[in-house]
Amino acid sequence: MSRAIGLIAEKHRDYTGAKIGMWLFLFTELLLFGGMFLLYAVYRVKYAQGFHYAATELNTFIGTLNTLILLTSSLTMVLSIAAIQRGDKKVAVLFLVLTILLGMFFLVNKYFEWSAKIHHGLYPNSPTLDTLQQGEVLFYGLYFTMTGLHGLHVAIGVTILIVMLTRILKQPYKSVSLETSQFQDSDTAQMALYDRGGNKLWQSEWIDDTVERVTVTFKYLPLKEKFHREDFTALENTGLYWHLVDVIWIFLFPLFYLIT
Amino acid sequence: MTMANEVMASGHAEASFYEQGRSSGIFAWIFSTDHKRIGILYLTSILSFFAVGVLVGLLMKLELIAPGKTIMEPQMYNAAFTLHGVIMIFLFIIPGIPAAFGNFLLPLMIGAKDVAFPRLNLLSWWLYMAGAILAVLSLFTGGGPADTGWTFYAPYSIRSAGNISLTVFAAFVLGFSSILTGLNFVTTIHRLRAPGMSWFRMPLFPWALYATGWIQIIVTPIIGITLLLVIFERAFGIGIFDPAKGGDPILYQHLFWIYSHPAVYIMILPAMGVVTEIIPTFARKTIFGYKAIALSSLAIASVGSLVWGHHMYVSGQSYLADWVFSLLTFLVAIPSAIKVFNWLATLYKGSIWLETPLLYTLSFIFLFSIGGLTGLMNAAVAIDVHIHDTSFIVGHFHYVMFGGTGFGFFAALHYWFPKMFGRMYNRMVSKVAWLLMFIGFNVLYFPMMIMGWQGMPRRYYDYLPEFHTGQLISTIGSWILTAGLILLAVNLIRALTKGEKAEANPWGGVTLEWKVPSPPPLENFEEIPQIDHGAYEFKGEMAK
Repeated sequence: MSRAIGLIAEKHRDYTGAKIGMWLFLFTELLLFGGMFLLYAVYRVKYAQGFHYAATELNTFIGTLNTLILLTSSLTMVLSIAAIQRGDKKVAVLFLVLTILLGMFFLVNKYFEWSAKIHHGLYPNSPTLDTLQQGEVLFYGLYFTMTGLHGLHVAIGVTILIVMLTRILKQPYKSVSLETSQFQDSDTAQMALYDRGGNKLWQSEWIDDTVERVTVTFKYLPLKEKFHREDFTALENTGLYWHLVDVIWIFLFPLFYLIT
Repeated sequence: MTMANEVMASGHAEASFYEQGRSSGIFAWIFSTDHKRIGILYLTSILSFFAVGVLVGLLMKLELIAPGKTIMEPQMYNAAFTLHGVIMIFLFIIPGIPAAFGNFLLPLMIGAKDVAFPRLNLLSWWLYMAGAILAVLSLFTGGGPADTGWTFYAPYSIRSAGNISLTVFAAFVLGFSSILTGLNFVTTIHRLRAPGMSWFRMPLFPWALYATGWIQIIVTPIIGITLLLVIFERAFGIGIFDPAKGGDPILYQHLFWIYSHPAVYIMILPAMGVVTEIIPTFARKTIFGYKAIALSSLAIASVGSLVWGHHMYVSGQSYLADWVFSLLTFLVAIPSAIKVFNWLATLYKGSIWLETPLLYTLSFIFLFSIGGLTGLMNAAVAIDVHIHDTSFIVGHFHYVMFGGTGFGFFAALHYWFPKMFGRMYNRMVSKVAWLLMFIGFNVLYFPMMIMGWQGMPRRYYDYLPEFHTGQLISTIGSWILTAGLILLAVNLIRALTKGEKAEANPWGGVTLEWKVPSPPPLENFEEIPQIDHGAYEFKGEMAK
């Protein structure tokens, strides 16, 4: 019997495919922001003066702080993925929580920054803004649109990170199915379960060549050495998304805060 | 080997995907991740919206039957052409062939069990329906139906009292659905081709879907952001497209056409793929110039993404830009012509079997050629200044989009109907319906081009008396065309229940979808096929 039955681990899902899909999606995100960067470029050239004045109004301190926060969060994200690839769940969770907190911190800063601007009457369609020159009106139009959409992406990213966190916390078990399909004409087999006392709990039908497939599913607590890199594609994809959000900010920051 | 397979397949009384799995009730459909069910969901919803679009178009033509008011007020007319455009573009032509036939057939044609992301696929359909529902809601809420035309040009779309924001948001959601479908297909083709199916052994409909998928991924985000900006503009007055605040409406046009011109290639490429499948089957001959056709799809996709400025010759872009965009537009004609000549070369000396799918295909080539050649006229700057915003453009557009993609869609419907539903329609009736459509189509749209040449503007509610004859002929054409469509619909709907059972391979096709039973089983293939030759080898098949 042991000769006939080769146990083959069930095939993995197509992780490369999942990665390709994610990269394509990130590509669409880049193009979405690309449209806005295009508008920024055109208006920056057309209204250099107005953009210059408006940019001096932005709070470079909060901008810099937020840049540091997002860069650090990308680091913690990578550390979390690296930890889970080593099978170190505790560290992975710790860094994931840190990433989430940093993301939230970014949003809180953004909130105060926006509130201050709105308090000063600098928001689209405001009476104050309409008295300023056209370049400044467009600067703030673009500023609120682009940082707003970016902020929305940060919020979505944080939500996905929280979902990933709960998934990792909830699923300590990993299951693997073993299959056989190598029956030959005269082979038969039977499966039975025994408890600790040696009593038979259950016994299967005779398995002969009319059976195409036998599946045994194990559920077990994963040990360090049982982790596979591919098992964490979902977390890696989340990480990719998070880095994208970071990269976009790295362009937004100098364009709005630094160039004056 | 293939023959043996077919005999087996048709001999099987195996259950199809309609019976297998969770098969009863509407939930088995709207929550199914099976690509075949999703394909049929799309087909049903797309055809329903198409019917609405046809009805609105019919009413517009009726309004134009005589000068002055006939059946509706001018504001209503504006709403009608906007609605007609939005439905036909976003709900019918763009998703039409890829989402309905692509979903059903792509995995079958490349020897896969499903697409790469089945759940994402279902999400695409849900987003499509959500977008459609929002579009319908926008008609009855807010300031009434949008009246800007499907192009939503700023600054009018910022000022119009109509319910623009919701309509535009509907288009945004539909765009998202389109992106997900494209992303799914590109990944599927990269990852799930059957063993042995190299890129150049892949059938050409998947090739067309591959090129389409890339355009969807590359350009749809641009319309996404553009439409969002229109909403922000209306809600917050950010000023980006508002000349009163220093914004530039021409930038809106740029961003809009960066998507919407390549979008016509999203519409036409899959139809070209369909035609490329049908011609070898009904000419009993290997496709001529396989690689040229496959690569010309990619060429159309890439050059076609760089021609948007030809919509803006009279909008105030620079002469240099006019010149460059004109040149690039002429270049797109080359890969398009490569396809046409290869189709003709395939037909040449083939043993032609003139069935309904081929009739639609031949009319596709004829009508698309007229549409394509008039397209070159539009691309020439000097001529375009004369015919810009006239009904010549409307005529040209319908020759490409309806004569091209529309007829391609119906070719696909008649070609794969037996595969999808396991029934055969009445072929005689389907030929009569085709004839009515072909005649009606030309009677409807050809006068538009003549009148446009003579100066009849597009989107006008009223016209000078000298256009009366042309408008009258055109309106009569719309009735003939609709009669054909009704006959087509009745014939196919009747066939769903009363048609005779279809064999696995009624047309003698050689691509993989014909090697499985009609309709296919849930898992598509009992065993994933091994591919050891090109997609269109008829040798050995002729003996049957």
